[in-house]
Formats: sequence, C-alpha cells, structure tokens
Amino acid sequence: MSNQPHTCQMTRQQVVDQYFLEHRAKMIDIAAFLDRIERAQPTHDEEDFRVRAMKEALAVLTDGEGERARRVLDALSDPTVEPIPKSPGKGATGAYRGAI
Amino acid sequence: MKYIDPHIHMVSRTTDDYQRMAEAGCVAVTEPAFWAGYDRSSAQGFHDYFRVLTSVEPQRAAQYGIDHYTWICINPKEAEDLSLARDVIEIIPEFLDKETTLGVGEIGLNKNTRNELTILEEQIGIADKHNQLILVHTPHLEDKRKGTRITLDAIKRNGNIDPGRVLIDHVEEHTIRMVLEEGFWAGMTLYPNSKCTVQRAVDLIETYGTERLWVNSAGDWGHSDPMTVPKTAMELKRRGHGPEVFNKISFRNPLTFLGQCKKFKVDDA
Repeated sequence: MSNQPHTCQMTRQQVVDQYFLEHRAKMIDIAAFLDRIERAQPTHDEEDFRVRAMKEALAVLTDGEGERARRVLDALSDPTVEPIPKSPGKGATGAYRGAI
Repeated sequence: MKYIDPHIHMVSRTTDDYQRMAEAGCVAVTEPAFWAGYDRSSAQGFHDYFRVLTSVEPQRAAQYGIDHYTWICINPKEAEDLSLARDVIEIIPEFLDKETTLGVGEIGLNKNTRNELTILEEQIGIADKHNQLILVHTPHLEDKRKGTRITLDAIKRNGNIDPGRVLIDHVEEHTIRMVLEEGFWAGMTLYPNSKCTVQRAVDLIETYGTERLWVNSAGDWGHSDPMTVPKTAMELKRRGHGPEVFNKISFRNPLTFLGQCKKFKVDDA
C-alpha cells in the first residue's frame, strides 16, 4: 500500500464496509462491458482506441502506487501541449486518439 | 443548511427544480452563459439569451426565495467561428452592467483549438478592461488537462488578472493541484458521467482542504442533477465531517469569491 497521508477520517475498515459493494458492482460492470465488446459483431481488426486506453489505465489500479484517480485521468488525457489548428467537432471521446 | 449553487444552468431546468433546491436550502445560484445544445446563428440569438439570463431567470428564482446572478460571455463551444464570436463579444459590455451580472463566464476552451484560444484571450481582455470576475470552463475528458494548462497560461499572459478573482471550474484529480498552487479558485462539478462525483469531490476536499474551493451541480439540459450540492453534505456527514465543512465549501467560500463583485448581496448570516 502506498504512503499517502491519512486525510480521510474513517478507518480503512469503515471505508471498505461503506463502499465495497458499490465498487464491486462497478468493477463487474467494467468486466461485463469488455465481455460485451467481445460478443459483439466485429467491425474493425484493430481494437478501439478508447478500449485500449481503458485496459492500459486499469493497470494503474493494481500497481501498488497511490494517486490512482489522478493517474488514470492522466493516462486518458491528451499528452500534447499546443493548441490544434481546427476543431474536429464539439464532443470529447474520453481517451486520446492521437494526432488527427 | 444554507447553500449556494454557484454554477447551474437554470434556463434549462424547470421551476420544479427551483422548488426542490429551495427546500434543500439553496439561497442563491449563479448561472454562466453556455452552449444551448445547438449553435446559434447570429449575435442576436445571444442577445436574446443574455436578456433571459439577466431578467427572466432572476424573476423565476425569486418566486422561490432564491437570488439569481449570472455571467456573460461567448462560450467555447461556439468560439470556433471567429466572426460570430467577435460579434457576440461586442454586445457583452452592455450586459456586464446589469445589476445581477457578476463577471465574464464561462469562458475557456473546448477542443483546445487556436480559434478558441484567440477568443478566450479576447474575453480575458474584456474582463481586464471592465474589471470583472472570471468564471472559466475547462474542457471535457481527454481534453481537460491540456486545456486547463493552456487556459492558466493565457490568463497569466494577460498580466493584469489577479488569480484570486478567477474561478477555474470542472477541476478533477489531475488538474486541481495546478489550479490551487497557482493561486486560482477551483470549482468541482458534480456530474453523473463526467467531471466529478460527490464521493470524489469529498476525496478532493479531504486531500486539498477547503480553501479556494467550491462545489456546483452545473445542472443543464443534459444528464445532470441540480441536487448534487446538498448531496455533498450527506457524503461529508457520512465521512465524519462536521457541518462547518459543508458550510465552508458551499456557502462561505462562494460568498468570499463572489463577494468580490459588489453586486453580489447574499445575506451572510
């Protein structure tokens, strides 16, 4: 377990007791989502960039280091720093596709 | 339990929401100008929208004992068209003078384009020229971290803007540190499928403290919940925090930041 400051007033046992079932359900949702993709009709040879990014980010959860939420968000972020020439549309996709 | 929702788009909500919010303790809202879900075809469309924000919504809110304030701007999702955006910028000063307008917002970036940045810089200039508070929208999802960095740099590049008069909204775990460390205020938006959840907002409060930080619902025409601010009180209580924490985050802090505009007159008792 990482050495994060103990800023939450609850005990670790209380946190687990309070939140485990909710997050157990979220984890199974992710597993079922990945299963659903595999059961769906194939459209591309290559895995969707969002799913690939999600799988890479999932590794953050079990690497034993802290600040997992920040690092997952970083893993899904556009790593470039310069403004792009033109908008590709209004919406965001949730993961960085690469230079367009 | 009095609270302020400092970012909510009531123009997209029903009066039932005003009633539920009032019953939960909401005494004031501030409503930034934003994208309506479709692109307006002319500056006149924005003029009509700004009239709604500055005259219709305050009356609707008042029926439920809620004070309604607003922010005026061209939002980043409609800033890609430089010609239209500049037509809208021309009419902004007229509405900055209205008695319930607190400043320029929500300005910012959407897809982090050059044109969006140009219009952001021009609106930072408007805020500077008219000595206005600024409310900043930061981009969604994969665009947020980069857009937040570019935005902070643009504000600092202006040279005349006090970061203590700027609220950077929609912060998450990967952007809150840079915002607070550089002297800006930070807003956490409690949204179902993007931005921040109530539990994560309380995590961030526990991690970063309660200074220069607030929560808002940003309730709008999409999947959103105007009751997320009072739900934060429940989560804080569940974690063992006293009522003073919610009071600080959702009442005292908005009063302090928004009170920098003399037009903001919510009773602080």
